Amino acid sequence: MSEAPKQAPAQAGRANTKKELPEHLKAYKHVWVVIECEHGAVHPVSFELLGEGRKLADKRGVQLAGVIMGNDKDVIAAVANECFEYGANLVYTVTDPVLNHYRNEAYTKAMTDLVKTYQPEILLLGATTLGRDLAGSVATTLLTGLTADCTELAIDDEGSLAATRPTFGGSLLCTILTLNYRPQMATVRPRVLSMPTRQSGRRGCIVEHPLGLLENDIVTKVLQFVADRESNKAQLAYADIVVAGGLGLRSAENFQLVKALAEVLGAEYGGSRPLVQKGWMTSDRQIGQTGKTIRPKLYIAAGISGAIQHRVGVESADMIVAINTDPNAPIFDFAHIGIVADAIRLLPAITEAFRKHLSVNRLAG
Amino acid sequence: MKQVPDSAQIRVHPVTNTIMRQGVPTIINPYDLFALEEAMRWRDRFGGEVTVLTMGPQMAEDSLRKALTFGADRAVLLTDRFFAGSDTLATSFALAGALAKIEQEFGKPLMIFTGKQTIDGDTAQVGPGIAKRLKLNQLTYVARIVDLAPEEDRITVERRAEGGVQILSTRLPVLITMLEGVNEIRRGTLDDAYRAARAKIVTWNAADAGITDLTKCGLRGSPTIVKKVYAPSARAEKAHQIATADLTIEALAETVMDEIFKRQPSLEGDLMRFSAGQ
Repeated sequence: MSEAPKQAPAQAGRANTKKELPEHLKAYKHVWVVIECEHGAVHPVSFELLGEGRKLADKRGVQLAGVIMGNDKDVIAAVANECFEYGANLVYTVTDPVLNHYRNEAYTKAMTDLVKTYQPEILLLGATTLGRDLAGSVATTLLTGLTADCTELAIDDEGSLAATRPTFGGSLLCTILTLNYRPQMATVRPRVLSMPTRQSGRRGCIVEHPLGLLENDIVTKVLQFVADRESNKAQLAYADIVVAGGLGLRSAENFQLVKALAEVLGAEYGGSRPLVQKGWMTSDRQIGQTGKTIRPKLYIAAGISGAIQHRVGVESADMIVAINTDPNAPIFDFAHIGIVADAIRLLPAITEAFRKHLSVNRLAG
Repeated sequence: MKQVPDSAQIRVHPVTNTIMRQGVPTIINPYDLFALEEAMRWRDRFGGEVTVLTMGPQMAEDSLRKALTFGADRAVLLTDRFFAGSDTLATSFALAGALAKIEQEFGKPLMIFTGKQTIDGDTAQVGPGIAKRLKLNQLTYVARIVDLAPEEDRITVERRAEGGVQILSTRLPVLITMLEGVNEIRRGTLDDAYRAARAKIVTWNAADAGITDLTKCGLRGSPTIVKKVYAPSARAEKAHQIATADLTIEALAETVMDEIFKRQPSLEGDLMRFSAGQ
């Protein structure tokens, strides 16, 4: 290892005393957002971050930039325009065949080169599998601070990025600062920030930057990419509506009631951990701390008590509807609509109500 | 591996807003068990040894011993007051140092497994940080190891990516972060339990592990600082309870549906479009 004691920025010193920024970091200005557009379409979290980045940049009196990495010139040009319309002043692009699929080595190289050349003070990424993979490498390469999975970003009185994130499985929030290091990095989960309004026709300036890496330089090869659309995998994490069941359903047959409602709603279905152990469903449908985290617009929980492990996986849902026979079940503490009833009786009735409503309106329409 | 408080049992002090750690049992970070089991499966197939490494206070020894009962071959505890207050950057520095020492003492690890993230910090950053520091190829969110050819230094995996699965091939040595739910930790044999009970946990402080630059450790080596910790404000209102008395089950279902549409008007349009497309 080459961790010799020659490196200097360690003068940062005691963590909780705010010292002046080291001279060589004072040039770091502007707010950047990494734009994810791996398969042609932009991940919505990138626009959400542009919306938030705009506010931070305005508060700091600096510019907002998007960073687009990819291999297709036309796609990148189109995405750049979208970035301007969602609030960016400028866009940095790195276009190279090597960047076709996401690979840590190539994207880390592109990103760290850009940061060293154009020096942003704040760098934001989505807390997606791509964003988290990339952010960890970039922060370690640049030896700067990174706050993961934030739920709130702000500029504090001294002009630093104050990033707030849940910790200990959501039971606490903490606000984290990166002092004396630049850029200040943070990742934010999809759907936590609101989507900004798009200003059609708004334009900005594009800065192109070379990658300087050949395919032969990269050890890791992408042999294949199988899109979820093409496989029959559960897509809980991205579903708009999720219906889930718990032990309150009492049997594997009754769990079918969850599937029936999901089918009418075009929803994904899932359940709490005990259902996997009982063999009522496969583990890729488990929702909660050791399963999937979901952020649907509507979440219907039938016969789930709502222990903390389940709660952390679902509480970012826009609306939680809970059905449980126990009026004191913890799920009623964080659900939006609660019904104290037996899900085994109520689920089929709700399924029928939706079926009727949708077919009536379809005929009328 | 990391020892974490069992988050199901964490309580926040209602007045001081601090975590009440007393009496909260500690467990092995559940995500790490998928990493441990996967490591042991490939050891069983190709031979070699599984070493578990954790950084933490002395009591993290309990988790290491537990890992030995599951069937790990050796356990290393990295513990030093200089590491206290480490953020992810300082943690990956210390762990990378310990891994370099493990290489010296016990031979070069070909595969380093970690969980996807921890349940207390949730950052998912330490694994990638270690990979970068040790210049290892990095495979995160691995759902399945498709093929491993140690004699050719080659590995092929399925990696969970945005919107799909990447099939990636790279060279050993690698750092792999395992996705949850991909295997189930074995119980361990009676032999493992006997061995674990008697095993000596290799315990290193910073100096033992050859970590000399203490400015990169602990609070001093952490670029991020925690400014404030507080309990999330409990949601002001509890769930809006729909009265169930005097309603037939059909009427109740209608009320539920109406309430959903009233609160989320856009859903009705979404559902219509879905239904019309059927």
